Amino acid sequence: MALKVLRILGIGEEVSSTVSAVMHVPSGKQKWKDIVKVEDRELSPREVDKIALLAPEATINIIRNYAVAEKYRVKIPEVARGILRCGNPSCITNGNEPLESEFLVRSHDPLRLDCKYCERELGDVAAHLL
Amino acid sequence: MDLQGEDLISIADLSEPAIHHILREAKALVPAARGEESLDLLKGRILATLFFEASTRTRLSFESAMQRLGGGVLGFGLVEGSSVTKGETLADTVKMVEAYADAIVLRHPQEGAARLAAEFSTKPVINAGDGAGQHPTQTLLDLFTIWDEKGTLEGNQVVLLGDLKYGRTVHSLAYALALLGSDLTMVAPPTLRMPKEILERVEEFGGKPEETESLSEAIQAADVLYVTRIQKERFPDAQEYQRVAGSYRIDLRVLRDAKKDLIILHPLPRVTEIAPEVDRTPHALYFRQAFNGVPIRMALLNLILGGVA
Repeated sequence: MALKVLRILGIGEEVSSTVSAVMHVPSGKQKWKDIVKVEDRELSPREVDKIALLAPEATINIIRNYAVAEKYRVKIPEVARGILRCGNPSCITNGNEPLESEFLVRSHDPLRLDCKYCERELGDVAAHLL
Repeated sequence: MDLQGEDLISIADLSEPAIHHILREAKALVPAARGEESLDLLKGRILATLFFEASTRTRLSFESAMQRLGGGVLGFGLVEGSSVTKGETLADTVKMVEAYADAIVLRHPQEGAARLAAEFSTKPVINAGDGAGQHPTQTLLDLFTIWDEKGTLEGNQVVLLGDLKYGRTVHSLAYALALLGSDLTMVAPPTLRMPKEILERVEEFGGKPEETESLSEAIQAADVLYVTRIQKERFPDAQEYQRVAGSYRIDLRVLRDAKKDLIILHPLPRVTEIAPEVDRTPHALYFRQAFNGVPIRMALLNLILGGVA
């Protein structure tokens, strides 16, 4: 999961600030968890939505001056706009039209998303994140 | 029931009362659809028909419907010669066309195209088929044919037969029939069964569809038999196609155990799935079904464009 989150944040081999990733850490609530720490970076709402779709149980901590300034659980958006690509190759959103993809959340648990345009269900959310 | 100025993209956009309202309006317009009455309810109004894919019945019946209501029609049936071949986006085409017409009818090979067009157009958009997606006016005319013949849409035992995987008409028809209280039985070869996702949706609409591969069993209890074409290109080899297509062919022998008042529908064009000998039986309603495209589209256009009956 940590690696997928790094991919969402566009963090590759070249970084200008310290990035730490810890995987498979024992966790009371969920048996185990991954932790990603990125310095000098605050997340955009779009990035938070992407993380919520990938890891609905994730918690985000914002640390300023060595103290936790904010801590919150991500929330799955009702409408995922411009952050997913439709898996249906015949969908109009995969052409060159001037529009953003849009997915409506049909169910939170399990997470099921339908394309607003072609009405097809998105199979693998992680594989279709933009 | 106010549909004035509304888009029609998916059958799911219509409530149960709205569907019944359209069916009743269509019934009243049958004489005019036959040319027995002359109407000018939409005089001075223009319908644009944009067909990015070939169509015979849908396009002609929309144009007939608009003209029977006294309105005018413009548009294209082939993209050759239109600005689309120069690379224009659908969004731009729609924004241009809305300046020339009062409503837009769109058929497009890509799924979701009509929903996109509706977002870019301030004029009403009617989906006339978007790839393997929705084709709501076909669903409405199918419903109209059943309702007109049976007097109700509730409690009918409807058998959907043939290609239930790729056939777009059967998916939206299945949703609508479930919503309106019909009992559904799906008969298809294993490789062309209705996708699980669609069956789940049918259940969400209130249906409890049954599935079987046995046509002879299903046909005995059927009030309505809806046949779709099994397309050759869906099969890896010709022999397998022949075997499957042959086992789902409707002929007089298959109909021996059917109810006397069974009606057979087909969205057409048919190839070999219904034998021509069936055309002469009272079961055959598919040609009347094709005619019903005119009154149902007249009703829709009149409701959407606000003509007064």
